[in-house]
Order: sequence, then C-alpha cells, then structure tokens
Amino acid sequence: MTETSLYVIQQLINGLTIGSTYALIAIGYTMVYGIIGMINFAHGEIYMIGSYISFIVIAGLLGMGFISLPVILIVALIVAVVIASTYGWTIERVAYRPLRGSNRLIPLISAIGMSIFLQNYVALSQSSRDVALPPQITGGWTFGDPSVFEVSFSYMQLLIWSATLLVMVLLTLFISRSRMGRACRACSEDLGMTNLLGIDTNRIIALTFIVGAALAAIAGLLLGLYYGVVNPYIGFIAGLKAFTAAVLGGIGSIPGAMLGGLILGVTEAMTSAFFPSEYKDVVSFGLLVLILLFRPSGILGKPEVEKV
Amino acid sequence: MMRKRFYNAIFASGIGFILTCMMVGISLNTEGTTLKVEGASAAQWTWIGIGISLVFLSQLFAGQVDAFLGAVPKPQLSKLLPEEGKRAMLKPWLLAALLVVMLVWPFMVSRGSVDLATLTLIYIMLGLGLNIVVGLAGLLDLGFVAFYAVGAYTYALLSQYFGMSFWACLPLSAGLAALFGFLLGFPVLRLRGDYLAIVTLGFGEIIRILLNNWTSVTGGPSGISGIAKPSLFGLEFTRRAKEEGATTFHEFFGIDYSSSYKVIFLYLIAVILVCFVIYVINRLMRMPIGRAWEALREDEIACRSLGLNRTMIKLSAFTIGASTAGFAGAFFSARQGFISPESFIFIESAIILAIVVLGGMGSQVGVILAAIVMTILPELAREFSEYRMLLFGLLMVVMMRWRPEGLVPMKRPHLELKT
Repeated sequence: MTETSLYVIQQLINGLTIGSTYALIAIGYTMVYGIIGMINFAHGEIYMIGSYISFIVIAGLLGMGFISLPVILIVALIVAVVIASTYGWTIERVAYRPLRGSNRLIPLISAIGMSIFLQNYVALSQSSRDVALPPQITGGWTFGDPSVFEVSFSYMQLLIWSATLLVMVLLTLFISRSRMGRACRACSEDLGMTNLLGIDTNRIIALTFIVGAALAAIAGLLLGLYYGVVNPYIGFIAGLKAFTAAVLGGIGSIPGAMLGGLILGVTEAMTSAFFPSEYKDVVSFGLLVLILLFRPSGILGKPEVEKV
Repeated sequence: MMRKRFYNAIFASGIGFILTCMMVGISLNTEGTTLKVEGASAAQWTWIGIGISLVFLSQLFAGQVDAFLGAVPKPQLSKLLPEEGKRAMLKPWLLAALLVVMLVWPFMVSRGSVDLATLTLIYIMLGLGLNIVVGLAGLLDLGFVAFYAVGAYTYALLSQYFGMSFWACLPLSAGLAALFGFLLGFPVLRLRGDYLAIVTLGFGEIIRILLNNWTSVTGGPSGISGIAKPSLFGLEFTRRAKEEGATTFHEFFGIDYSSSYKVIFLYLIAVILVCFVIYVINRLMRMPIGRAWEALREDEIACRSLGLNRTMIKLSAFTIGASTAGFAGAFFSARQGFISPESFIFIESAIILAIVVLGGMGSQVGVILAAIVMTILPELAREFSEYRMLLFGLLMVVMMRWRPEGLVPMKRPHLELKT
C-alpha cells in the first residue's frame, strides 16, 4: 500500500474515534430537541463538567494508592455520570421548565446564560488553566510497513469505540423496548397528546435531560482520557460540533445523531490531513451551513411542517 | 402539606450538595507532572454550607416567599413619567439639555472616565445595532461580533496598507460589514429562529478563525498595531505632525499640547456616531420597513399571508444591524490603535446580547441604560471582576425567568384616542 492510502486509513481511525464521542454528545441535543424543540445550549458544558469530575475521581483514587485501572475507570464513570446527570436535571428544572410555552427565543437565551454561568463557575471553582492527566491507557497495535507509514490503533481508541458501541446499543434498546422509552417516543411525536393520555410529560422531559447528560459525561470521560487535557472552555466548541453532528444526521433522530457524529468526525480528520488543522473548524461550520441550506431535515430526519 | 414541603426541601438541598461538593469542594492541582486532588479550605466549605441551607430554607418556606414577592408591588416606571402631552412638550428640552451635558462633561473630569465613557458609547452602538436584529426583527444573531470585526479590520487594513483616513474608512467599514451581513443573510434567513442562531454563531467563529490564520494579511494572532487615530479636518492630535508641513491641533489653535485633547476628541466622535445611529434607527422604526420588522417578529405567517416579502424584510434588518456594528468596529480600532482576533471572541457577542436582553428587547432607552450599567459596573467593582461573566450568565437566566421583557420594556410609538 502507498503512503497516502495508509495515511488516509490512519485519519479514518482517528476520525471515527473523535466522531463517536461527538455522536455521544449529539444524542443529548437531538433527544431534547426532538421533545421540546429547543437547543440546549448548555449541553456542551455538561460534557466539560463530566470531564472534570472524571479527572477528579481518577486523580483522587490514584492519589489514595489504588492501582487497578478497571476499578478506577468504572468508579470514575459512575461518579461522573451521576453528577453530570444531576447537573442536567437541575439545569432543566431551574432554567428551562419555568419558561416552557413562551416564545422560542426565551429558553434559548436562558440556555446561553446557563452556558456562560457554568463555564465561569468551573473556571472559578477549579482554575481557568489547562489541567493535564498523564496517559492511563497506553500501547496499541501498529500495521503497515514501518519504512513507508505505520498505522497505529491504540487501546485507548479501542476503548472509545467499544464503549460508544455498547452505550448506543443500550440506548437503542432502552428507547425501543422499555416503558420509559416508549413514553419518550410518544412525547417527541406529540407532547400535548401524550400528556392527555396520562403520562407525566415533565418527568419524561427531565428523563431526556438526564440521559443526555449521562451520555455527555461518558464522552467527557473518554475524551478526557484520550486527550489528557481539560479546561473550562472545551465545552463550547465540543457542544457546537456535536450540535452540527445532530443537525447533519437530522435533528430529533437518535440514529441520525450517531451517524452525523461519525460523518463529522471523519470529515474533520480528513480535512486536517490535507489542510492546516486550524481550518477543520471552518469546514465543520461550513458543512453545518450547507446542510441547513439544502437539507434542513438532515440525513435521517423528517421534514418539519409549519403549523399555524 | 408541610411534610411534603419538608421532603422537597431536603431533596433540593441534597441536589445542591451533589452539585457543589465535587466542583467547589475539591480542586485539581498539578504538581510537577502528577495531578493532585485537594480538599477545599474551611471557608469554602462554609460557603457551601450557607448556600445549601439557603436552598433548604427557600424551599421549606417557598409558599411564604412567593406570597411575600407577590405582595411587593412591581415598579411602575411609566407612572414616574409625566403625562403624555406634557412629555411631548418637555422632550426636546430634555434632549437638548442631555446633549449639552454630554458635550461639556468631558472637560471637567479625568481622562480615565472619558475613556470609559467612550467604551460605553461603543457598546451602546453595538447594542443598538443588535437591537434591530434581535429586538425588532426577532432574529437571534449569536455572531454579531463578526460584523464588528469586519468593520474594525476594514479600517485597520485600509489605513495600514493604503494610508486612508478614518473619515473615509468609516462609511467603507459600515458598507463592508453590511455586505457581509447581506451575503450571510441571503442564504440563511430562510432558516427558523434557533437554527439561525447556531449558523450565525458558526459564522462568527469562522471569521475569527480566518483572521487568526490569514497571517500574511491580518497579522494573525498578533494583530495589527499602530492604527492611525482620527484627525479633525486634517489636524492631528499628536505632539508633532507626522508629515512635514502638516499642522497639529494644538499648533493650529496655539494652545499647549495635552494628550487629553485626543481622548476628548474620540469621545466626541463617539457621541456624534451614537446620535447618528439613534436618529437613523428612530426614523427607520417609523417607516413601513420598521413596522414590518416588528410585525414579522410577532407573527411570521400572518405577515406572509398579508403579502410582505419575508426575505427582504429580514435581510434589511440583518444588513442595517451589521452596518451599525461595522461603524462601531471602525471606531473601536481607531480608538484602540491595536486590534487582534482576541477582541472578537464569542463572549463579546454574548455580552452584547446580554445588553439587549437586559435592557428590554426592542427598547432603545433600555439598551442604552443596560450598556451603561454593563460597562460601568465592572469598573466600579474591580475586586469582583473575575465574577463578572458568572453574574452575566446568571443575570440572563434570571431575567428570562422573571422579566423576559427587560428592565425598560419597549413602547411602540402610538397615538391614543382621548375620550
């Protein structure tokens, strides 16, 4: 194989890794949008908080002398998910629920305020500088001819792929099989009707915020381990990317968010392979504009009908 | 009832504890290459305790608190104003008095406060511009700072490469920003409100990234420095004239050189620009186009069925808003003398949006008051400056919940039939 094709394979691996975490965050956007039709602007901050909490737990357990890595990771996962979900629930309860039924822009402005608040809350309570965690999972496989180009696939990337896959399967089962999942689907179909049929829609909306936050926290843990660095401002750009992914796949559709995340990740990796990497953000926002212009309902979404 | 409320209060404080214990209670510290976890100081834990007990008490006595808040009369600002007829008579005099104060005031105070006033005027201009887009036309623009950047860079680059003067560049900057607004608006204005918000946000980021990376023209992250200051009919405000044969301001009038003339001059330009912007917007609001903006904000479908061209109306609001930002941008780069992409980050857009939202969407008086409050308060409370953005965010949430119409709600110019 030639050098270029090996290089492309490497970028594909990297792109799918980042893309699967985008997909995890994007699900939170898409579920909330599907039910109450608002952009939860503070969702990126939940991802950032999840990253911070998992760093705190990992560093704390390492400091206390734990050495078993799987135990540390599982504890970090559980704590990060619980705390991030609490944040997600509280945000909905405090900043969005009282505004339900008002003009569309009002919850969005409240969400932007919440996002700024959370960013600065973390910057003040932790610090606004980068916090670095030494790599915990090292090693991997390499393929290809060392003299031409070596494609590497690390254990960390394998962990991200398998964890994302597992979470997606569990989520799909939850949405399609469980009672709560059925209620979720009913709510996104018709919120008012679902309410009339005796389902507490407020609880279901709170549940979508909790599930979305939990997935964002998982993404926070995985990406935190992958990059090894976290700061209070990572949530903004990650949230924007994930939103792009959700729109790309068709907002409101969960498989769409998964697909959109993967496509966006691969597109970005390919862009940074052949252009200066600063332009990858330009490409993903450009992509967002193009999709919204030519196919606002995304790849898997249903076209939205305007009702009077 | 009491029992339920008690459980509720315990639940709320439990949530409060979960939220704060990991973030405020524990902090991450880097020591060498290892990451250390440290518990918070006793003072911080005391604060957490105080916060949680407040949550507990407010939930426990939620009914009483609501009753108390409901009993407090809402401030009726409109009652404070004199009657309609009297007001119409007083208005020109008040405006004239205000203008005189604005013009005389800078000669009596320190340089620092004049400088701060100039900054406030820039934010007033930006707030008024965004107010057209968000407040009047109801289009949420989260990338407003991009047009501000376009205006600022237009003047900086034209003066750097072609030596053009501030006054020639001012309309050019506004025009170019308007062109950008037009080019962006043309395709995206078909989108629904919240999509539009995200696309404009992405556009703002794209502009910033381009400015940051197009190093050969914009100087990249290090920005452009040494931008020429405006002159008064060719008279410069420097100690010595740059070119041979040119006269400076103090030589022309035969007075001693003082650097505060320049500051006051910039302030006066800002006052003139703001007055111009207010005048134009007021005229536009009374024109059919201004009424169409508001009508479109209220009910898009009704407007379309009445035959209004939705795209043109939105586009005009977007373009005029953008050109105002271009004005402000050109003036900003002339005042600073130095610009870099750092000045045009998303937070800047959010601050302008906060100004519009706090003042009351659509209300010009409100926006002006909010801009004054938002720029002067952080200067007064410098020890709290690190909490500034935290409070901005909190304020936006609180305002949306309790007073979404803003501090000074908008009043349409209207006539009333008296019986």
